[in-house]
Amino acid sequence: MAAPKLRIDNVALRFRSRTGAPVTALENISLVVEDKEFSVIVGPSGCGKTSLLRLVAGLIEPTEGSISLDNTSINGPGKDRGMVFQSYTLFPWLTVQNNVEFGLRIAGIPAAQRRETSRRYIAQVGLTGFERLYPKQLSGGMMQRVALARALANAPAILLMDEPFGALDSQTRSLMQEMLLDLWQGSHKTVLFITHDIDESILLGDRVYVMTARPGRIKEMVEIDLPRPRTVEMLTSDAFMAIKRRIMHSIHEEAMRSVAIERT
Amino acid sequence: MASLLDAYVSPKKEIPRQAYAGVSTVAVAVVIALWCVLSYGGFVRSDFLPTPHDVAMAAINGLNDGSLLINTGASLTEIISGFIIASVFAVPLGILMGSFKIVEAALEPVTNFVRYLPVSALIPLLILWVGIDIEEKISVIFIGTFFQQLIMIADVSRGVSQDLLDVSYTLGAGRRTVVWRVLIPATLPGVMDTLRVTLGWAWTYLVVAELVAANKGLGYFILNSMRGLFTDQIFLGIIVIGLLGLISDQGFKLLRNRLLPWAV
Repeated sequence: MAAPKLRIDNVALRFRSRTGAPVTALENISLVVEDKEFSVIVGPSGCGKTSLLRLVAGLIEPTEGSISLDNTSINGPGKDRGMVFQSYTLFPWLTVQNNVEFGLRIAGIPAAQRRETSRRYIAQVGLTGFERLYPKQLSGGMMQRVALARALANAPAILLMDEPFGALDSQTRSLMQEMLLDLWQGSHKTVLFITHDIDESILLGDRVYVMTARPGRIKEMVEIDLPRPRTVEMLTSDAFMAIKRRIMHSIHEEAMRSVAIERT
Repeated sequence: MASLLDAYVSPKKEIPRQAYAGVSTVAVAVVIALWCVLSYGGFVRSDFLPTPHDVAMAAINGLNDGSLLINTGASLTEIISGFIIASVFAVPLGILMGSFKIVEAALEPVTNFVRYLPVSALIPLLILWVGIDIEEKISVIFIGTFFQQLIMIADVSRGVSQDLLDVSYTLGAGRRTVVWRVLIPATLPGVMDTLRVTLGWAWTYLVVAELVAANKGLGYFILNSMRGLFTDQIFLGIIVIGLLGLISDQGFKLLRNRLLPWAV
């Protein structure tokens, strides 16, 4: 078997809080993401999952351990790791099209080719006809679609998604999940996706890593053997429920443990 | 009756455009009417409160003998020069100060000291150093507006979302690109607002400077009129300053909507 796309090896992240107290945000994190695989990290808020994604993006550096993409050690951010944030991060002064073309423009790609690429990805996220609008004229779901198209237009080796649908209402979130499933089915992009929503993790992922809090650790890895293509109807199937029970149990155990720690 | 109250006096609720314009017109009319009643009605002595007619005559006289235009022109030259020089330095330095800790460390102590000095306290020193000509007025306006602009623009720059910069790095941007293509555009609406507010303050500093020592300008015009008890001219000077302020403010508003149509 080929080497994994992304390898996170024994990573720890420690820093000092404002009061000077040492904080261990992440400890002993090891995981791999195989090529063309959709991996999900699920965990409670504050478990350090966003920090883990930022480490992979190269926006922060690990205190211990190493992270490599295609066998190359990660050293700072780069366009081979496209990222979609939970907050709205479109450039307000650029139209939808120019937002999607941002990465291509700084890479010096000629205008005709940029246009061709942006048109394709705007179509993939279902926003054809909205190219000339500014972000303030879009809904939250539409902004996240543009952010996804912008990341994909750069042709990253891996797509990092940090709770991208976390700020959306539940109906919009369902629609976005379906769109992402469709899109992934067509491209089999390598994805590392972060969420606190167990349903979302099972629906989207080939593998789900369950994280624990304080310090953040990977508790277990669950292979999701639900058939693809997947649809939101699967959310109520028996197979889905069985996986959900297992993950919920795992997270629940962890929640009880951390409550017990806080009491002492 | 209750429904009318609901429609027009609920907090934050929009009212019809015509109603808005109507209320504004009536409010201005009431002020003018009150002025007319008090002055024409003889309730206040004419050397305290001139009639609108007196002020109009003063305006015509001022235009005829050229004094109004000379003084207005002098004030405008001083304020535009001082304001532009202050802005040219404050905008880039403020953007850097808000986003680069090293610049903040260098500028903040001095800025915070000078910022709380009333500029009027520096006028005697400035007269000693640069005399009472246009250079002194420009210096007063510069010192009065520059430090305020610096702090306010630094705040705007500090407020640019970290995620917006981070997403740019993941799209392949380097530091220089992030500053020019992301940080600076992101500050523009706030910079325009700061300029608009500080231009109003610049008028205050100018008039203070002209009241202390000057041989032309609207502040000088007002002070000189007081010496002769020409209240009609005092009123004329005040009204001209008010109108110029109103025009420049609307100009800024128009410019912002024109240059930054994407801003909320």
